[in-house]
Amino acid sequence: MKLTRDQVKHVARLADLPLTDEEEEKYSQTISKILDYVEQLNQVDTSDVEPTFNVTGQNNVFREDTTDACLSQEEVLSNAPKKKNDMFETKGVFEKE
Amino acid sequence: MDITKLTLTQTLEALKRKDFSEKELNEAYIKKIAIINPKINSFLEIKKNSRGIPAAIKDAILTKGIKTTAGSKILSNFIPPYNATVINKLLEQGVSVIGKTNCDEFTMGSSGENSAFGTTRNPWNLNKVPGGSSSGSAAAVAADLCAFALGTDTGGSIRQPASLCGMVGLKPSYGRVSRYGTIAMASSFDQIGPMTKSVADARLVLDWISGGDEYDSNCRKEKFTFQSQVLEAKIKGLKIGLPKEYFGAGLDKGVERVVKEAIKKLEELGAEIIEVSLPNSEYAVAAYYILVPSEISSNYARFDGIRYGGTRDNFGEEVKRRIMLGTYSLSSGYYDDYYAKAARVRTLVKQDFEKAFEKVDVIVGPVSPTTAWNLGDKVDNPLKMYLSDIYTISANLAGIPGLSVPCGFSEGLPVGLQILGKQWDEETILRAGFVYEQATEWHKEKPSL
Amino acid sequence: MTSLSLGGYMSNQKYEPVIGLEMHVELNTKSKMFCRCSADYFGREPNTHTCPICLGLPGALPYINKVAIEDCIKIGLALNCTVSEKSLFERKNYFYPDLPKGYQISQYRWPLCVNGWIEVDDGDGNKRKIRINRVHQEEDTGKLTHSGGVTLIDFNRSGVPLVEIVTEPDFHDVDTVRNYAKKLQRLFRYLGVSNADMERGDMRLEANVSVRPVGQKELPGYRVELKNINSFRFMVAAIEYEIKRQIKELEEGWTLKQETRGWDEDKKSTYLQRSKEEAHDYRYFPEPDLPEIRMKSDEIGKIRKSLPELSWDKQNRFIEEYGVKKSDAEILTELTELAEFFEVTVEHGKKHGVDAKAVANYIVNKKPNISVVLPTQIIEELKGKKVGVIENMGELGELADEVISENPAMVGVYKKGKVTVIQVLIGAIMRKTGGKVNPNKIREILKEKLR
Repeated sequence: MKLTRDQVKHVARLADLPLTDEEEEKYSQTISKILDYVEQLNQVDTSDVEPTFNVTGQNNVFREDTTDACLSQEEVLSNAPKKKNDMFETKGVFEKE
Repeated sequence: MDITKLTLTQTLEALKRKDFSEKELNEAYIKKIAIINPKINSFLEIKKNSRGIPAAIKDAILTKGIKTTAGSKILSNFIPPYNATVINKLLEQGVSVIGKTNCDEFTMGSSGENSAFGTTRNPWNLNKVPGGSSSGSAAAVAADLCAFALGTDTGGSIRQPASLCGMVGLKPSYGRVSRYGTIAMASSFDQIGPMTKSVADARLVLDWISGGDEYDSNCRKEKFTFQSQVLEAKIKGLKIGLPKEYFGAGLDKGVERVVKEAIKKLEELGAEIIEVSLPNSEYAVAAYYILVPSEISSNYARFDGIRYGGTRDNFGEEVKRRIMLGTYSLSSGYYDDYYAKAARVRTLVKQDFEKAFEKVDVIVGPVSPTTAWNLGDKVDNPLKMYLSDIYTISANLAGIPGLSVPCGFSEGLPVGLQILGKQWDEETILRAGFVYEQATEWHKEKPSL
Repeated sequence: MTSLSLGGYMSNQKYEPVIGLEMHVELNTKSKMFCRCSADYFGREPNTHTCPICLGLPGALPYINKVAIEDCIKIGLALNCTVSEKSLFERKNYFYPDLPKGYQISQYRWPLCVNGWIEVDDGDGNKRKIRINRVHQEEDTGKLTHSGGVTLIDFNRSGVPLVEIVTEPDFHDVDTVRNYAKKLQRLFRYLGVSNADMERGDMRLEANVSVRPVGQKELPGYRVELKNINSFRFMVAAIEYEIKRQIKELEEGWTLKQETRGWDEDKKSTYLQRSKEEAHDYRYFPEPDLPEIRMKSDEIGKIRKSLPELSWDKQNRFIEEYGVKKSDAEILTELTELAEFFEVTVEHGKKHGVDAKAVANYIVNKKPNISVVLPTQIIEELKGKKVGVIENMGELGELADEVISENPAMVGVYKKGKVTVIQVLIGAIMRKTGGKVNPNKIREILKEKLR
C-alpha cells in the first residue's frame, strides 16, 4: 500500500504536524513500507471475532460524584509559554469547531 | 564494600543492620553516577538526596517539581505540577528519586537512540545500544547507578533493554500498576514496571507500586498481594510452555543457544517442558503497529504548546511517523480495515495465550531475537527496528505479565530469558525467574566500566 | 443578502423544511465528568477549577462520574429510549485551543441511550412525534476569549459533563423546534439534572436544516448544519433564515450542498463556515483509558423508578383530575415546585369548598410568590372572594326581606331616622351567607326595601 505525497500532506494536516518537503518524502516511503507489512493482517480470518479494546475485563468503573481540591491557578499556568489575565494565550482563532 | 553493588533487597537488610546510613548510600550512588554517567548517558536529571532508597525513574514518569521530558525536545522545560501515582507509592516506602533516566522520545523506540538528549550506551559495550525504550533505566541498573529503576513497557520497553543490558525487568499485567501520571504512549498497552538487580527486588518493587488507584480506571481495584511471604525456591512440576513460533527464522543462533540452555536448566530444576503454539503471534507486530500508533495519534494531540511544552514541530522523527501512521489508520474510511481489524487480531493473540495457559503455567522464550546491536545500525529502517520487539509485543496485546531474567552471554553480550505468565499471575513467573536466577550465576556478572 | 430580500419566500407552500436537532445540556453534578474538580465553574476566576485531568496534562487519566451516567440514563428513559446493554466512550479527535487533550471524550458507535421519542406540539397545537436517535454522554470544552488579535483560554468549564440529545430529522417548522426546546428544558429541571439556563449556556442547540418539495418522502440529499450559535433566539432566527435561503436557492435552480453555517447577528443572516470538502475527520475510536459500561436491567429499573412524574404526565393529570385548562396546566407544571404548590393548595381548598379550577385560575393570573405565600392564605383569599359571588339580584332581595322580617325592632329604629342601624342588618346578612355578598350592593337593596 503506497501512501502518496498528497495523502501524507492530508494526514499531516489532520494530525496538525508541520512537515518539511523532505519529511513528507521520507514518511511517504517509510510509512508505505510499514503499511505493506501490515497488509498481512488481511490473511487472518476475523469474521467471527470480537475486537479487543480493553484487556482488563473490567466494566462499570465509576467514582462517586464528590469534589477534590484543584490545582492552584499558579500551578496551572506554571508551564504555559504565554499567558495573559490568568489565562493561557494562543494565536487568535475565530472560527469555532 | 561497594554499596552500589548490592541489590535492593540486600541494601534494605544492610540499612536495617546499620551497616551504613541512607546518607552514605546516597553519596555512594551519586559519586558513582558522577564517574559513570558521562560514559553511558543514562540520566537526564540527577538529584542529590541525603535520605531514601535511591531509585532511577524513567523520564516518562512525572515527578512533581523535577523536570520531566520523556526524552523529547517538546518537553525540555516541563516541570510537572503533580506526581505519578507510582512515585507517591514509592515515596511512601522511603524511596527517593535519584534521577530521571533517558529514554527513546516518549518511549517510542527499541534502542534508546530516539532520545532528543543523546543516546544511552550499553554498559557492556559502549558502542552498542542498550535497547529501549527504557534505555537509561536499564543501563543505570546494569551499571549500579541506582538501587533499582522504574521503566515503562508498551511493546517490550522494559524487558528488551533488561535483556540487552543483563538485568531483571518485569512488565506486570496490564492494570496491575496505575498509569496515572505516566506519559502515555498507547493507553491500552502501557505498563510501568520494576527494573532491578535481582528477581526478589522486582517482586518487592511490584509490591510497592501495584494496587488499586482511584485515578486509573483500568487499574485493578483489589490490592495486589503475594500468596507467600518469600519467594518459593521450587519449580518442581511447574509446566513450562515452549512456543515453537518463538524459535523460528530471525532468531540469532547465539541467542537461541543461550536460551535453550536456560530451558534445559529449568528442566533440570524440575520443570516440565511442554511445546505450545501461539499461531497468531506472527501477526502481533502488524496488529501492534496499527493499534499503538492509532492511540499515539490521539494521545499526542494534547501537545499543542499552549498549556505546556513547545510547538508540534519539536516532535522527533519517530514520534511524528507514529502520529502520521495512527492518524492515517483512524482516518475516514480506514477504521474498519485497520483499527477494527487489528483489534480483532488482538483478540486472537489473546486467545492463543489463554489456550496455551490451559496446558502450562508459564511460557518461556527469548526476549529479543538478537543481543545488543551497534549504535546506528537500525536507525534508518523503522520496520527492522519494530521487528526487534517481535517476542515481547504479544504480551502487551494480551495484557499478560512478562519477565526478563539474565540467562547468559552471546559473544560477550547479555541475553535475557523471557518468562510470560497468565493474566494477573506475576507470582508464578517471579517464582520461576527466582529459581532460575538462584541456580545460576548470571546475575552476578557485572559490566566493567 | 438580508432577510428582507427573502420576504417573498416566507409563505412558500411548495417546500417543506426538514430539521434535525442536536441539543447539548450541561449537567449540574458536583464534580466534573472525568475528574474531581468542582463543576460549579460559572463566574469563577479563570483557571481555578482545573486539575491535570481537565487540563489535559501529560499522564492524566479520566475516571467516570457515576451520577453523570445516571443523569444521562434518566434523560434517555424520560425520552423513551432504550438503554444500551453495552456502551463505550470514544475519542473524538480534533484540534482547537479550547480542547485541552486534542480530543473530546464522547460517544459515537456505542451511545448510552438510543431509539426514543417525544411528542411535541407544533404551531397549530397538533401533536408531532419526534424520534430521538440517541442520548449520549460527553464532556464540555474550555472557554475562549478573543482580544487584540490573540485568544485567551480559561479551562474552568473543561470537562463539565454534557449530555447530547440527537433527534431524527422530524421537525418541519420552527414552532415545533421552539416547543421541543421548551419541553426539554422543563424535563431537565424536573429531573433535576441541569439548571437548563439558556442564557448561561446550559442548553445549546445545533440544527441540521434542509428543504424538500412538499409530498417528497425521501430526505434531501444534503443538509446544512447550523453550529456555534450561542443563543437559542439566534438559533431560531438562523433556522428561519436558512429555510428561506434554501427555498430561494432551489427556486433559482441552484443545487444545495452539505455545509456548515454560522449566524451573523448584525446582518441577520447565516454565513458559510465550512464546506463538505473541509469537513472534519474526527477519527473516533474507543477511549482506551475507560472500561466499557454494562447496564443491567435491574439497574436500569432502579433508575426508572427514581424518575419523578414528568411534566407532560403531570400536565395531563391536572387536566383530567382537576379539570384545569390546558394552557393553565402548562404554566402550573413549568416547575415542579409550582406544581406541588398548586396541588397542596387544591388539597387544602377541598376542605373549604374551594375548587381546583379557582386555585389554578388564581395561581396562573396572580402569580403569587410561592416561596412567601402559604396555600392556606390563598384559600382564605379565595373564600373572601366568594362573598361577592352572590350576585343574583333575586337572591339578594330575598336575603334582604329575610333579615327585615327577622329584625322588626331595628327596622323601626331605622325608619325613625337613625339610618346607621342599617349596618346591623348588613352584618346579619353577612353572617347568614358567610360573607358571600358585597356589602355595598346589599346596602342599596336594603335602603330600597326600607324606603
